[in-house]
Amino acid sequence: MTLWSRLRPYVMVAPSIAIFSIFFIYPIFYMIYLSFFNWDFINPVKEFVGLDNFTELFRNNEFLQVLSNTLNYTLLTVSLSIVISLFLAIWLNREGTWYGIVQGALFSPHIISLVSVSLVWMWLMDPQFGLLNWLLQLVGLPKLEWLSSPDSSLLSLVLVAVWKGVGYNALIFIAGLQSIPKDMYEASALDEANRLRTFYKITLPMLSPTLFFLIIINLISSFQVFETIAIMTKGGPVNSTNTLVFYIYEYGFRYFKIGYASAAGVVLLVVVGLLTLVYFKLLSRKVHYQ
Amino acid sequence: MPIEQRPLLKVLHYLGMVLLMAAFVIPFLWMISTSLKSYAETVIFPPKWIPSKIMWSNFTAAWESGPFLKYFMNSVVVSISILLLQFTTIILAAYAFARYRFKGGNLLFGITMVTLMIPGQLIFLPVYLLMSKWGLLNTLFALILPFSSSAFGIFMLRQSFKQVQEELIEAARLDEAPEWKIILKIMVPMARPTLVTFALFSFIAHWNDYFWPLVMTTTDAARTLPIGISKLREVDGGAAWHILMAGNMILVIPILIVFSLAQRHIIKAFVYSGVK
Repeated sequence: MTLWSRLRPYVMVAPSIAIFSIFFIYPIFYMIYLSFFNWDFINPVKEFVGLDNFTELFRNNEFLQVLSNTLNYTLLTVSLSIVISLFLAIWLNREGTWYGIVQGALFSPHIISLVSVSLVWMWLMDPQFGLLNWLLQLVGLPKLEWLSSPDSSLLSLVLVAVWKGVGYNALIFIAGLQSIPKDMYEASALDEANRLRTFYKITLPMLSPTLFFLIIINLISSFQVFETIAIMTKGGPVNSTNTLVFYIYEYGFRYFKIGYASAAGVVLLVVVGLLTLVYFKLLSRKVHYQ
Repeated sequence: MPIEQRPLLKVLHYLGMVLLMAAFVIPFLWMISTSLKSYAETVIFPPKWIPSKIMWSNFTAAWESGPFLKYFMNSVVVSISILLLQFTTIILAAYAFARYRFKGGNLLFGITMVTLMIPGQLIFLPVYLLMSKWGLLNTLFALILPFSSSAFGIFMLRQSFKQVQEELIEAARLDEAPEWKIILKIMVPMARPTLVTFALFSFIAHWNDYFWPLVMTTTDAARTLPIGISKLREVDGGAAWHILMAGNMILVIPILIVFSLAQRHIIKAFVYSGVK
């Protein structure tokens, strides 16, 4: 073997590996390092403070509220989105032009910028002149405050996330449903099993790999929600929609508390890391199947 | 399923489809309607769907409220540069991972897989500090460089490269074809569907991206369209919904056109990325 043919693979992967290392892997370690320091970004000296940033985080009521907001948002968004999209998938998993069109419409929010989605929904949810309140009045219900009240702001963001996400989830579910062998259903039809039973005995178990993947992917992405919050609420009113990534962003870029923001980043890292581990466990099992 | 045999179910079924369509189409219609209204007609309740006078001027007002040509060009340059760079880097890396066995190859592929799971939202702060150290903030480089390769792309393409028949490559090697020729004449054409899928996926993601440009820019020099549109909120004290929706149309229409033309392809692209 010539020297070149031995070096070639390394040369070919080098650009990608360099980019991944510089912009993704190294920053993780840099962030962990920074979380042990007090630094305002301007001062040339970083002051080592050990674990102080972390104790400060968990003593700070604001941060605890941010964590609970993030958790509430994530659990609500993921559970609603999964249940609704599973229902839609089973309902719309049929051949025909109209089903294609409805599936397309359902999916369309997924490819549209979160900026657009946020702006349209802000306007739909306008308490005075918005379309949603008009629709509520039309059916005889009282108007809502939507994003302007701390009681409904987080739920309003969940509504937007579910609207944006169900189409994508439903299509993945449909792909999963279509991979279930037809003869399994035929067997159960012979047994005269009713629909609910067929769902629990065949559909759900056969769909479980898809289901777990979607749950984890949705958990990871919901936990990092940022855009809708930055555009629609800026964390308010009274911190009711302040979530983890927005909090890190504010402490890093508005208050320049780099160490403190990094410590909050490490908390996010732990959560995403754990979910990713579960994901890879499932992925390796799935690859094994094929 | 025998819906057709039960009239009540049939009615419910189609009614449900209509309501479902409405839930996803009405927000867009509302955006279009608002973008063509005068200010006075946006602040009446109950709202009017058809404006009494079509206000095309909203679009020029939105476009002229900031350096939108600049934003637009930045968006184009960023998304296209990312795509071209990614094509180069992922084809090379995917070929090496698919076709060579080399020491450390598994480790390097492991690094790629880990990167696949690291979102920008996790590392923006340290990357911001790096960019600032290198003086790259407020330049297009800060928006392009981190995405000039794609772990997802390598993962996808490696799978397709692996599926190319061994005999084809062996035959080419017997003819003493150089490796670059094998890549360009055999592998890339065979993996064309994957590359198209990836291109759609990457372009849409970076054209729409708000988070990364928001973090990496503080001046108009490197801002992209999504940032520009979101800044329209600050025009006229923030309640100018007709202008905002007109600006929003500028951002949404190109994507909706691409989507309606290549709907099947795009849906397949995104579903594939989720399933695999």
